[in-house]
Amino acid sequence: MATPAAGLLTGCAMGGDDDSGDDSAGRGEKTAENPFGVKADAPLEVVIFNGGYGEEYAKAHEAMYSEKYPNAKITHSSTQEISKTLQPRFVDGSPPDVVNNSGAGQIDPGALVSQGALADLGELLDAPSLDVPGKKVRETLLPGVVEVGSYDGRFHVLNISYTAYGIWYSTKLFADRGWEYPRTWDDHIALCRTIKAAGIAPWTYAGKHPRYMSWPVISTAVKLGGLDVAKNIDNLEPNAWTSDAMRTAADAWHQIVKDQFILPGTPGLDHVQSQTEWCRGKAALISCGSWIENEQKAVTPAGFDMAIAPTPSLGAGDKLPFEAIRGTAGEPFIVPAKAKNVAGGLEYFRTVLSMRGAKDFTQKVSALSVVAGAAEGATLPPGLTTVVKALDASGANGFNWVYNNYYRKLERELVDAACGEFFSGRIGPADFLAQCQKGADMIAQDSSLKKYKRA
Amino acid sequence: MRHGKYPLIIAFLVPPLVLYGVFVLSPYLQAFQISTTDWLGYSADANSVGLDNFVQLLRDDYVWNAIKNNAILLALVPVLTIALGLFFATMLNMGGRAGRAGVVGVRGTAAYRLVYFFPQVLSVVIIAVIWQQVYHPNAGLLNAALKPLGIDGPSWLGDPRTAFWCVLAVMVWANVGFYVVLFGAAMQAIPRDIYEAVLLDGAGRLVTLRRVTIPLLWDTVQVAWIYLAIAALDGFILVQRMTDGGPNFSSDVIGLRMYNTAFGSDTKFGYASAIGVVMFFLTLSVAVLALRASRRDRIEFS
Repeated sequence: MATPAAGLLTGCAMGGDDDSGDDSAGRGEKTAENPFGVKADAPLEVVIFNGGYGEEYAKAHEAMYSEKYPNAKITHSSTQEISKTLQPRFVDGSPPDVVNNSGAGQIDPGALVSQGALADLGELLDAPSLDVPGKKVRETLLPGVVEVGSYDGRFHVLNISYTAYGIWYSTKLFADRGWEYPRTWDDHIALCRTIKAAGIAPWTYAGKHPRYMSWPVISTAVKLGGLDVAKNIDNLEPNAWTSDAMRTAADAWHQIVKDQFILPGTPGLDHVQSQTEWCRGKAALISCGSWIENEQKAVTPAGFDMAIAPTPSLGAGDKLPFEAIRGTAGEPFIVPAKAKNVAGGLEYFRTVLSMRGAKDFTQKVSALSVVAGAAEGATLPPGLTTVVKALDASGANGFNWVYNNYYRKLERELVDAACGEFFSGRIGPADFLAQCQKGADMIAQDSSLKKYKRA
Repeated sequence: MRHGKYPLIIAFLVPPLVLYGVFVLSPYLQAFQISTTDWLGYSADANSVGLDNFVQLLRDDYVWNAIKNNAILLALVPVLTIALGLFFATMLNMGGRAGRAGVVGVRGTAAYRLVYFFPQVLSVVIIAVIWQQVYHPNAGLLNAALKPLGIDGPSWLGDPRTAFWCVLAVMVWANVGFYVVLFGAAMQAIPRDIYEAVLLDGAGRLVTLRRVTIPLLWDTVQVAWIYLAIAALDGFILVQRMTDGGPNFSSDVIGLRMYNTAFGSDTKFGYASAIGVVMFFLTLSVAVLALRASRRDRIEFS
């Protein structure tokens, strides 16, 4: 009786010594058909985040994997609490082979990388695509997919869905009223006046997650000052948040606060509540990513026809054109470094990124795949159709930032709080940027956090 | 008889003690150990850093801000809840005017008692979700009720001036029902003839409550005080669901700080454990102080 109890008492949540991260034992022979050396009978364990996309799409990918490796036993499970479910398994060195690290319970990816918990997915990029002849996997991906999943030059996180961030409006509301989405800042302010005069609030936002409004502010600054604005923020450069471009952008956005263009009570609404006010026609514009259409499915009135648009241009001096929009890959997948079947995990990703896998994903979840051209021929809902168009128009001018992946706390807690103060009118633009900068400096000085460099 | 005693005692005592040791004591001990490391939670690597986490904690403004809020909760939640609980219990048990005035409850006592107990039946998460809707600035019950009075209500949970107090109010609301029932049951145990004697002496209701009922209920009040003090040092679920500590950390509590440090925006399990250890000692001291401060002579009915 005493022995097991004593064992448990001294046993530690932090696990014991770990074995080496070398996974060559789990690999078979590498061939052209099998570039990662997958053992045909090696079992594969996949854990899916059961959120907006559900899990059916993943089951389809698993079935495709089984076609090629019929003797591999696939264990599928899904959860909404990735971090709580999997943390003990990371610690004791027996994580699953493929993890869809997503949702509110996502494990901080920067922390995983810094603790060496993730396999390097570089091999995947240079392997030939499964069904796009003559192309490597890398060449089938949309721009930015590799960059957003890379930490200090190593590709660790594969994001499988392509997301655009912009301003959303109802084309029906705008057509009915004869409004047009503004291309310049002055037109935007003029339109806000018109909308307000019509008895509708021009703006609302996720009051309890005000970081949603940091996206248009930073987008405006990047379009004004160029890509370095975002890169400096990502690299925690001194005074990156208080750069001239950020100042001008914050000053501009302060206008919608000063002129009371924001739906009263917005600071008390969470993201779904504010998006619902928007769907009910109480507000005309909202900042969100392309998941909004799925998220609001249940309450969007028929014929609402939501559309995404880039942030308005500040003026002729902008470095990027009006069409430039923030596009990035989301819905992260990882292969843990200590997975038993790393090769199987890589092969699973190759299946996901095959044209067949990508088309199936697009069809099943009504979201864009990161594989270029996967949306061709698919019937997409109205909002997503505008996303495809916006990304097309943006093309090579598209931009992104990644500090939110590197330093989750900076966006989720610190910039979030500053945005809340700014957009509810309690602080002005200078204090807003100073508060963001203070947060960034705090992260920069925190020696317990690994710092990443964006190239 | 003596021969069979020990096996029996051991058979009954050992399983619960082992369970307690494994599931309560050992995690506590581990948390103490983890709090002296820089463990980041997703690998087996952890270096001992001594008391660094605690030193850092002393200088962490966000933690102090959370502790300040817990201190306010500690000062107000028990007092308000017990005051309201005693008031309602008194009304339900001796507030009526009919017959032997002062010793029966107001009309509809049974129904009130049921209604007061409702929040206790709901899970805390449900309570948080319900109140989130009540506090909805545009479509919520509260501002809808204020509108006919010509008042444009604030955005409640969205305003740092009100958010924390909104949560505090819900905390009191959620707890009062239980203590109404608890105090009510204790009042029932007070012999009626004491009240009759007091009434003959011409004491009013307030004096009766202050001089007779509360002293006789003191043991129960003391227990309530400790429970509520511990609850006030927590408050995690309500805050996390209703405001997530915002806006701008105005409603943060120490439990949420610990959670976010480990599972939320950071994965600093070592530092979070240090916060947990501090919380442990705070709660322990508060419980001991509450016991000490409220110690009085026991009154026994003969």
